[in-house]
Amino acid sequence: MSPQFEIQLIAVTVAVACALPGVFLVLRQMSMMSDSITHTILLGIVLAFFITHDLSSPLLLLGAALMGVATVWLTETLYRTGLLKEDAAIGIVFPLLFSLAIILITRYAGSVHLDTDSVLLGELAFAPFDRMIIAGRDIGAKAIYTTGILLLINLAAILFFFKELKISTFDPMLAAILGFLPGLVHYGLMTMVSLTAVGAFQAVGSILVVAFMIGPPVTAYLLTDDLKHMLILSSLAGAFNGIAGYRAAVVLDVSIAGSMAVMTGILFLLVFIFAPRRGLVSVLRRRSRQKIEFGKTLLLFHLYNHEEKVKVQEGVAIDTILLHLHWHERFTKNILWRLQKDGGIRIENKIVKLTNQGRQASLQAYEELFMQ
Amino acid sequence: MEASLQNYAVEVEDLTVAYDAKPVLWDIDLKIPQGKLLAVVGPNGAGKTTLIKAMLGLIPSVSGVIRFCWGKAAIGKKHIGYVPQSGSVDWDFPATALDVVLMGCYGRLGWIRRPGKADGELARQTLKKVGMAEYAGRQISQLSGGQQQRVFLARALMQQADIYFMDEPFKGVDAQTEKAIVLLLKELKEQGKTVVVVHHDLQTVADYFDWVTLINLQVVASGPVSEIFHEENLKKAYRSTDTLLRSGMAV
Amino acid sequence: MNSFFALLGDYTFQTVALGSMLLGIISGVLGSFAVLRKQSLLGDGVSHAALPGVVMAFILLGSKNTEILLLGALVSGLAATLFIIAITRHTRIKFDSALALVMSVFFGLGLVLLTYVQKIPNSNQAGLKRFIFGQASALLQRDVHLMAACGLLLLLLVMLFWKELKLFTFDSDFAHSLGFSPKTLNLLLSAMIVLAIIIGLQTVGVILMSAMLIAPAVAARQWTNRLWVMAILSAFFGGISGLAGTAASSLVPKLPTGPAIVLCVSLLVLISLLFAPGRGILHKLYRQEKNRRLLKTEGAAGNVSSI
Repeated sequence: MSPQFEIQLIAVTVAVACALPGVFLVLRQMSMMSDSITHTILLGIVLAFFITHDLSSPLLLLGAALMGVATVWLTETLYRTGLLKEDAAIGIVFPLLFSLAIILITRYAGSVHLDTDSVLLGELAFAPFDRMIIAGRDIGAKAIYTTGILLLINLAAILFFFKELKISTFDPMLAAILGFLPGLVHYGLMTMVSLTAVGAFQAVGSILVVAFMIGPPVTAYLLTDDLKHMLILSSLAGAFNGIAGYRAAVVLDVSIAGSMAVMTGILFLLVFIFAPRRGLVSVLRRRSRQKIEFGKTLLLFHLYNHEEKVKVQEGVAIDTILLHLHWHERFTKNILWRLQKDGGIRIENKIVKLTNQGRQASLQAYEELFMQ
Repeated sequence: MEASLQNYAVEVEDLTVAYDAKPVLWDIDLKIPQGKLLAVVGPNGAGKTTLIKAMLGLIPSVSGVIRFCWGKAAIGKKHIGYVPQSGSVDWDFPATALDVVLMGCYGRLGWIRRPGKADGELARQTLKKVGMAEYAGRQISQLSGGQQQRVFLARALMQQADIYFMDEPFKGVDAQTEKAIVLLLKELKEQGKTVVVVHHDLQTVADYFDWVTLINLQVVASGPVSEIFHEENLKKAYRSTDTLLRSGMAV
Repeated sequence: MNSFFALLGDYTFQTVALGSMLLGIISGVLGSFAVLRKQSLLGDGVSHAALPGVVMAFILLGSKNTEILLLGALVSGLAATLFIIAITRHTRIKFDSALALVMSVFFGLGLVLLTYVQKIPNSNQAGLKRFIFGQASALLQRDVHLMAACGLLLLLLVMLFWKELKLFTFDSDFAHSLGFSPKTLNLLLSAMIVLAIIIGLQTVGVILMSAMLIAPAVAARQWTNRLWVMAILSAFFGGISGLAGTAASSLVPKLPTGPAIVLCVSLLVLISLLFAPGRGILHKLYRQEKNRRLLKTEGAAGNVSSI
């Protein structure tokens, strides 16, 4: 395998592994917790290193995962005192734990060959240098195996516990009643997030892990209402960001991880603007269409009411309509023109009259509104 | 003939309010005469709070005009007092009961100017008036629901307005506070003020108010309690006897 | 002890300590409003999002002057804020997700730009990275002057609009009904908070800046029920932490300043949460215990009378 191919493989694996638990973070409104965890795992790694004195020990992963869970627990405990709000609790816990990690690293820099830069910022380009060698045979970059295992774990966890995750995300009360232990699911998910953050930070750096966890799910959230589809779309979006980001980084000769994060942003922006139904363009278009439809119904109804009030079908002057409804002149003219075209009204000498058809439409709209 | 001679505190014409395309208020016409105690009554989601907010100019309307006796536009007018729903604020905010009451004079002061000694004195008196003198220095989360509502009321009284808008001032209060609030409302009326109250309890409407507006997207009826507050109109407003029964107005 | 007094006379220490204190005071005051508005994490977002602005300013203007770099930071911090507002307003995506997305993407863009700068021949980009991790020891006297000027402006604005900011933070609907436009006030307050964050970046860096905004305010909230006392106390806590952190990192070898400051301010939070009279955890436990005893004796008395 060429290094280029290896890097892309790692990028895709990491991106998909991050996107899967990210879906649940977004739906549970816990996105900022991932930001917190990705910072505090550094402390877990440092502490585990003090015990093992081996940077390649799997205990480091364990330490980091435990620290991630501890972060969640600490934040929730702080919040539960009722003395501060949830966001403030997050914003106090992670800088503290992160500071401790930085201090430990700086103090024992001589013995820890941990580079804060590489933990926080990561560098995918170096990943192929670290080889997996079994029985003297080079079987590919190590990161392929670590991230691959991570992806398998996440996939398996979500497949096995899909029902539990789904119900405790959308209705924790019901989940508790049905005996699904939402607390356990919650901490299980947080363990998954921590493990993923640990597995991913070597490749992309811990700060950008957040982009991989939150970006694709948020993008998918604008495209579908179905949880399964959201998981699949998130994975696809993540994989696309990984490959496209890598290609762009090669062309421009810049940071691969950074470029992948930027690609995440670009993809989201495109979806944000052009997504069918939920995109900006279609939302704005729908709103203006609704405004016109609404204006038409409202004007018909206003005329109808007027007829009922004065008991004469003499019509209303355009100026009076302007005065009463307090609309912009242009908007009013637009609505009048549309209504006339539909045959709901007739305009004679600047006097607006309801036609029979308009009267029917108005009555119908009224019934739809009130008899539902 | 009498109606045309009457002075109106607020006139609402063709008011429509919608969130996205869903109408919350639909072509509302309403005239509120001066010096009345008016209850706005209707089922949940009928647009009671929306009506008050739209009259105050806090939310945009799709169409319509709101005219006060001094002209258009409510915002920034010193003649208006407002009691929002008590659930709309964070009661853990670091402020005492007196602090909150003092906020009532901010509108009169305008930008930048600070409340002076006289304002502080007035705030204390107002607190005393609602029976909360000894709680002046108490942090607001340490007050009961009824006491919090009294503080909100005192803040509105601080505004020394001509028209008051109150959003469910009786919500979550004890019987004693309810009585105290009613007394205050009647006193305001005697001073010639107009008070518009969003109200939930149908049974007390006749006792507390002299004017009532029944709404449900539209104005179902509006007028003196004795004339329009009867079963037929209520049925129209609540549309099914079912909800009416639950509201305790079974006849 | 001698080394401590020697330290006080040291010019570099004076500069750094003054800078850190200023940062603590400014973020303490503005943080009070951010925390009460439940916008604590906006600080985290804005500080991360400032990175591309810093590097872009360097690329475009070729200057490493603090003013210019901070101006870049301000622009991209505000742009990120606008993005977050637009996303939450027009889609069903919640504030926290929008914040996490925008800040990490902006930060990624910052890294891309940083690696781009590295390739430009003859450009030393070493000074740029200090915005990521913060480097209080690199503070120059003119940096401190800039901080003082911005700080003074911010404090002046807070004092001038105290009444309005308080009212708006507590009850924006009521403020609106009195004629104080919530849009204007929101813009004013957000811009002030963003500025406070930006001027703290080079001292503590993007990651720890959120603590400087949140922690002093949370600690101060526990001791008082008055907003003005909270703001002053928060400024005091922030300032003291800045000073203590700087002193500690000067006296103890290999103790970085930013994390030391965060450690100090976190300690203040812990002490406040535990020991604050009335609100603190210990006080609550004590009261619970007292109530329990009272209930016990009363319960016993009740039993006796019923016999």
